[in-house]
Amino acid sequence: MTALLQHPGYDEERLKGVAEKLPCREVQAGMLLSLMGQPHQYSYPSIFIYGHRASGKSHVMHVLMKELELSHATVSCVECVSIALLFEQVLLSFFGCDAASLLPRSPSLSDFVRVYRQQSSQSPAKQTRYIVMEKAELLRDTDASLLSALLRLQELVEDNVTVILLSEIAWDKFRPNTGCFEPLLLHFPDYSKSELQQILSQNVHPSYSAGFYSAYINILLGVFYSVCRDLRELRHLAALNFSKFCEPLAEGKVKETDTHKLWKHIEPHLKKAMQTVYLREVSSLQWEQMQQMEEEEAGALRGLSAHTHVELPYYSKFLLIAAYLASYNPARTDKRFFLKHHGKIRKTNFLKKNEKTSNHLLGPKPFPLDRLLAIFYSVVDSRVAPTASIFSQISSLVTLQLLAQVSHDDQLDAPKYKCAVSLDFICAIARTVNFDIVKYLYDFL
Amino acid sequence: LRADLELGVSFSDPVQSHLGDSSVPVSWPTRPQHELPQHLLELLRRTAIHGESNSVLIVGPRGAGKTTLLQCVLRDLQKEEKVQKNLLQVHLNGLLQTDDRIALKEITRQLHLENVVGDKVFGSFAENLAFLLEALKKGNRSSSCPVLFVLDEFDLFAHHKNQTLLYNLFDVSQSAQAPIAVVGVTCRLDVLELLEKRVKSRFSHRQIHLLSSLNFTQYLERVWTQLSLPDSFPDKKFAQEWNAGVKTLCEDKSVEEVLQRHFNSSKDFRSLHMLLMLCLSRVSVAKPTIKPADLLEASRMCFADATANMLHGLSILELCLVIAMKHLNDVYEGEPFNLQMVHNEFKKFLHRKSNSMYNFEQPVVMKAFEHLQQLELIRPVDGSSAKVQREYQLMRLTLDHSQIMEALQKYPQCPTDIKQWAMSAFG
Repeated sequence: MTALLQHPGYDEERLKGVAEKLPCREVQAGMLLSLMGQPHQYSYPSIFIYGHRASGKSHVMHVLMKELELSHATVSCVECVSIALLFEQVLLSFFGCDAASLLPRSPSLSDFVRVYRQQSSQSPAKQTRYIVMEKAELLRDTDASLLSALLRLQELVEDNVTVILLSEIAWDKFRPNTGCFEPLLLHFPDYSKSELQQILSQNVHPSYSAGFYSAYINILLGVFYSVCRDLRELRHLAALNFSKFCEPLAEGKVKETDTHKLWKHIEPHLKKAMQTVYLREVSSLQWEQMQQMEEEEAGALRGLSAHTHVELPYYSKFLLIAAYLASYNPARTDKRFFLKHHGKIRKTNFLKKNEKTSNHLLGPKPFPLDRLLAIFYSVVDSRVAPTASIFSQISSLVTLQLLAQVSHDDQLDAPKYKCAVSLDFICAIARTVNFDIVKYLYDFL
Repeated sequence: LRADLELGVSFSDPVQSHLGDSSVPVSWPTRPQHELPQHLLELLRRTAIHGESNSVLIVGPRGAGKTTLLQCVLRDLQKEEKVQKNLLQVHLNGLLQTDDRIALKEITRQLHLENVVGDKVFGSFAENLAFLLEALKKGNRSSSCPVLFVLDEFDLFAHHKNQTLLYNLFDVSQSAQAPIAVVGVTCRLDVLELLEKRVKSRFSHRQIHLLSSLNFTQYLERVWTQLSLPDSFPDKKFAQEWNAGVKTLCEDKSVEEVLQRHFNSSKDFRSLHMLLMLCLSRVSVAKPTIKPADLLEASRMCFADATANMLHGLSILELCLVIAMKHLNDVYEGEPFNLQMVHNEFKKFLHRKSNSMYNFEQPVVMKAFEHLQQLELIRPVDGSSAKVQREYQLMRLTLDHSQIMEALQKYPQCPTDIKQWAMSAFG
């Protein structure tokens, strides 16, 4: 049920159009309209709108600006690598390219305000001018005075202009040290599950019924809602998987109303999507191609992570295994693992209880080259001569970023390394050479 | 009645524009310290008419009315003809003129001396400034025009290199070169500590403090004056009804409590204006009266916790990670954690519950963790993050215990076992 937006300053027909384009955001749009007031009135100098991504902040602003034909300048702070780009964009939108060219080479804020004042005295604002800045959190990284100046721009240029900042980070993290002109804070709440359902169901394909599509959205939300509430991601996933959902319908196996059978068909597919497309391991194009192919031909979908399983030479694998053992086992335990006749090491009660010392939680530790070679020689079963080919393999492991060099480049005689692979990866490698690595890990004793 | 409503619709014009038009100086409200404007006015008059050099600082917290005071005084000053003809004004702002060089260019421009300066190159700042002031001398070379320098955000000028601008301005104000008045406006109470010794010694140490000594009755009066329509409003009948509505609002007990809360957190007019603005935005064509509920709702919006609002929109997996982090903080007393530790904690919970619904793979958990990082709910500990793998990078939680518990109460359809896990004392 869309409530009617009413405001004296704006055309009713246009407001109706606005309300249609903004489902589930009527309250926020109404609030903004009443804050904006009539076009010729001054509004509050700065408004800060915050909310999760894809909660409609930019969308509402764009629709309001376009439909009501308000004079505005939209700037995305991601694009403004230097503030000159920001100034040019604003002057271009309000006064045309002649004004933008009046700015000197690397303009300062002072130049911008000067040119703006000049231009606005020539063509004063009959309606409120709006500057909409998206991703405003990036303004904090620029000059400290820029944010403070933008918040009071109305006062500095003496013109009817309002700056609207959109961000997903709360205002408390923006405030400068000595304070500033506090903007009006508006929150765009996240969509509830039913609102998401309503919005996503609007993208129904004309050849299918609305009930059928909303059943599909319901199933999709059931799988993904606990992980992701981002409208954009869900819309993308819905678009990608719809053809697979309709497959049994096209083949004539089920009817539109057999939701249970459709669910059984699509659910494993959606679970697979969560591990691949959702994580961007696999591109959308690959995903669509995979859906086209028959199940037998598809095989294992090779995601991006799979490409790191490069085929390493025999000794490199053992070097990597030795590096992993050196990183994740404390040095004093080497004697127990790698010597033929060793004493027992006692794991004290304190160590057992204090889980935090588990190296698998803290991360890999650096080790010197000598220790790596010592472990390597005891792990490899055949006799290996310490030739240059072994050492060059260590360097190539560093280039592949499977090992990381920790010491400074200057220290040539005692370099230190760290192992940068995960447990799953090293287990897979160890399996290929028939080496039981778990037996040698201290944390799994 | 329809015509009435349509006329009434335009009511929001004067009231909203009255509130929102911050560039129009409102009249200085009568306060116990009403001699302040007179004091400043007299000072500036002496510069403008008698050629006496002065310097003064207006100090007060944000929103206390410093700029308003200055604008009132300048307006009154301009009423005198002699001043209007003689006095030149230069307005500088610390936010815009971030450099002394830029400041000098701006001074040149505001004094309309660009042509006179032309392409001259000056050895030092002092020379340049002296040249400008020299150029302002009248025809008979007897005296120069008095210049008023207004420096907004004065404390930012103190951060420029060697404080050259401040030094030179104060120097001119102490020597007999030219009659200038330097008025600095700043929000920092300790501004004198920022000045160098040589600059401080040339300053007259004259400060006007605008610390609000408003009491609650005066605050309420201010609410009444701001909200009620003036007698000049065209629709008399509507104005009467409206003012009656405002009166009921001011006399309402719950409204008074809310206003007391606002008064206790900050006395300045700016935050009051914001509250009244939000309150008025709830008035519309459909509902042309103001009710106590409007003010209560506006107050609720002002005091809303932004972080709690953001926590409301997290997905269940992200919420579970936040709870796991809270438990880690409780057990290890605030030491930083990384993704592996958080995931381990979460897995322990899943084992206990034997609920396979939230059994997500490591990469999915990693994506949720990164989302929390983008929302700045967790922050990396300072250190070299380049050489550390992403899963092992140490982070800290920027939320505190009460915020998380409150968010859990308000979270929509939170599963009971997750709530219980959060409430339990030991992870």
